[in-house]
Amino acid sequence: MSEFLLEMKNISKSFSGVKALDGIHLKVRRGECVGLCGENGAGKSTLMKVLSAVYPYGSWEGEILWEGQELKASSIRETEKAGIAIIHQELMMVPHLSVAENIFLGSEISNHGFLDYDAMNARAQELLAKLNVHDINPALPVLNYSGGKQQLIEIAKALNKDAKLLILDEPTSALTATEIRTLLDLIKGLKAGGLACVYISHKLEEVAEISDTVTVIRDGTHIGTRPIGELTTASIVTMMVGREMKNLYPKEDHAIGEVVLEARNVSCWDVTNPERKVVDDVSFQIRKGEILGIAGLVGAGRTELVSTLFGAYSGNHKGSVHLDGREITIRSPRDAVKAGICMVPEDRKRSGILPIIGVGHNMTISVLNRFAAFGLIDEHEELAQIQGEILRLKIKTADPMLPIASLSGGNQQKAVLSKMMLPDPRILILDEPTRGVDVGAKYEIYKLIFALAKAGVAVLMVSSELTEVLGISDRVLVIGEGRLRGDFVNDNLTQEHVLAAALGQPTHRT
Amino acid sequence: MTNINLRKFLSENKIVALLIVVCMIWALFGYLTYNTDTGMSGFLTARNFSNLLRQMAITGILAAAMVFVIVAGEIDLSVGSLLGLLGGIAAILDAVYGWPLAGTISFVLLAGAALGLMNGWLTAYLGIPSFIVTLGGQLAFRGAVLGLTGGITIAPVSPSLRYIGQGYLPGWLGNGCAIVLFLLLFFMAFRTRRKRLQHNLSVPTPVMEVARLIGIGILILGFVLVLNSYQGIPVPVLVLLFVLGIFTIIAKGTVFGRYIYAVGSNAEATRLSGVNTNLVKMVVFGLMGLMAALAGLTTTARLAAGTPSAGFGGELDAIASCFIGGTSMRGGVGSVIGALVGALIMASLDNGMSMLGVDTFWQQIIKGIILVIAVYLDIISSGVKRL
Repeated sequence: MSEFLLEMKNISKSFSGVKALDGIHLKVRRGECVGLCGENGAGKSTLMKVLSAVYPYGSWEGEILWEGQELKASSIRETEKAGIAIIHQELMMVPHLSVAENIFLGSEISNHGFLDYDAMNARAQELLAKLNVHDINPALPVLNYSGGKQQLIEIAKALNKDAKLLILDEPTSALTATEIRTLLDLIKGLKAGGLACVYISHKLEEVAEISDTVTVIRDGTHIGTRPIGELTTASIVTMMVGREMKNLYPKEDHAIGEVVLEARNVSCWDVTNPERKVVDDVSFQIRKGEILGIAGLVGAGRTELVSTLFGAYSGNHKGSVHLDGREITIRSPRDAVKAGICMVPEDRKRSGILPIIGVGHNMTISVLNRFAAFGLIDEHEELAQIQGEILRLKIKTADPMLPIASLSGGNQQKAVLSKMMLPDPRILILDEPTRGVDVGAKYEIYKLIFALAKAGVAVLMVSSELTEVLGISDRVLVIGEGRLRGDFVNDNLTQEHVLAAALGQPTHRT
Repeated sequence: MTNINLRKFLSENKIVALLIVVCMIWALFGYLTYNTDTGMSGFLTARNFSNLLRQMAITGILAAAMVFVIVAGEIDLSVGSLLGLLGGIAAILDAVYGWPLAGTISFVLLAGAALGLMNGWLTAYLGIPSFIVTLGGQLAFRGAVLGLTGGITIAPVSPSLRYIGQGYLPGWLGNGCAIVLFLLLFFMAFRTRRKRLQHNLSVPTPVMEVARLIGIGILILGFVLVLNSYQGIPVPVLVLLFVLGIFTIIAKGTVFGRYIYAVGSNAEATRLSGVNTNLVKMVVFGLMGLMAALAGLTTTARLAAGTPSAGFGGELDAIASCFIGGTSMRGGVGSVIGALVGALIMASLDNGMSMLGVDTFWQQIIKGIILVIAVYLDIISSGVKRL
């Protein structure tokens, strides 16, 4: 038997002449966790699609050895049968089916064609118990459970298929801190039981914690594979970007002026569960040229709070918003944009981009009237502005008319930012502006934020990355369970302080 | 490699691919209707060409607006019935009450826009799926036309109304229109070139530009000469060309048009960009109602009567034309000219098969198969695989 469970040798894959992967190696032993790192667009997902036969054998070059034998799979079904399970960033669950039905989707336990629910529920319970999960009822629809729980259900599904190798693609990007903890501990347990895994994440602390070796790829080429003992998160970043990132946050001095926006006693109720308050009586102010970070755990009510300010929250809400000391009514995003408030939403794919529309036209959608006389657009003037923006924001696109969905996440995000910067807002709300964005693009987004603040724009930034909040904010609001739990000037503020405040523990700062 | 290039060219210029299909269909019917005695093909005559265009005019008018509805991610199943209702109203106003033509036309257009806006309001503001709203409309409008006409044909309509459906433009006027159109295109090309240079954008070489203009000129000239050699440009065809022009400008050049495509691509993101997406959808349905009114007037004029069954199934022809013309079912993609070529393909099939004496049931079966094949070809040529 081979030493390795999986050996991918010299894998190359091209898309219409452009090399997406060029000679990548990846080796995984039994019971080992390999961290796979690289910027967005480096080729991580492509590599995993080669492995799981989304790209069937023959559409790429190289060799895959699985338990010492060459694997020539032509469909996901075959790789699953071999024992390769992939858990995607966006969970693939059927929300209205029960937990057990989801676990057994495609491999139902049946009796003469009739589903055997008792057997499936019992087996689901057993699988979940193996994962040390006891508070999930297999008979209830999946939509009753949070993202973290659904992730566990996905893993149970993989275990049911006797997976020997588990591929986790950005598994924690939508999880709360406690859920991340549970997941990491669980993976460690599974590793001890002999399961191998490939862990893809931008969160290097997590990679460092659970990986045994780390493989870094950049622009489709293999940069290096080293045991974790020889690496630090800083050295991984260096390998990923190919240059040393001395300063992740290009801080620039900017003057802070008078209060522009004040939110008073904002409360919001859950959309699906109108009894539950998700934001509870939050008041705050933001000043001209100030970068105000909003920290808190996922699900603390931060997105609901900022969407309410932008007029985009669909649930019940109350409270008042004051611009320059005068109360204003914002009923829709349209009102907000008119009043000088813009927002870059959290979920880029769902609410940020117009996927099949060109990059350029994505950027100008909010300011079309600027180029129009009697409703007719002067396309040339528009195109000139688009090209200016593409240069200014360093958006990498072959053609401004290319559909935005064909760009990498970082470039998409820059285009969405541009869309919300073009109306010249006085207040710019950024909800997780760097989620799923690679290190290089992150740096450029931070530079843009500082440039905005310098120009006097009040920037309100929601972020789950504490280092980011502390790296660029002038002031930090901490939200926990819908309530404002801290309002700190960012001066010697530490992650511990913020986290403690978010969790509702007493802090020693005033 | 050339294969890939050809495919790329065709997927970027869908309209060329569609026109090739039209030529193939015409060639086939031309061959099948060839008469050895006269040495002529019954299909490929100026007279038949004129008829063909008149036949497609009504479906084409509906399809032009249907493109917007489908691009915006909605559907309108009520237009056939709405056409019948509005055509019936036009016949009653004209034949029974003797309204002047201008009065009849304005009233019918206004009523169409209002009913369309109502569909749009129910869909956009009350959140009822457009499939349901317009399915209801299909039943209700057909019921209304039956009630209004008492189930009988209203005739005869005045000659002035008939002219809209049956008239021809005198030859000199047709030539005049062609010259004006060509000058307009020439001027626009020149202006675009100057503007692009002004903004330091790339421009095609002068040779390319001139070649393109000459090509368009020959097309326009050929079109007018062929029609003039019969009786002139039919009025409904002129109306259709006018609609094509206006709707293409709306789609490509206006803020509203951009919003339609944006809403269809991602309504939520468009709303969060500060666009009043509900209003956009409502106006799209309003335009659809307006075009149903125009199609209704043309139908009544062409038949010289208001019949309770006018426009029956018209929505399906319009929707099929859009899909053949490359409009995406998922919204966000589609062109007006594509839908009109789609309508031309459907009309050519109807016309050619009738001429060959193919049974109606076979005609329907063949049209159904062609629809499915056309959309399949579109899927493979655009390289979008659906798993």
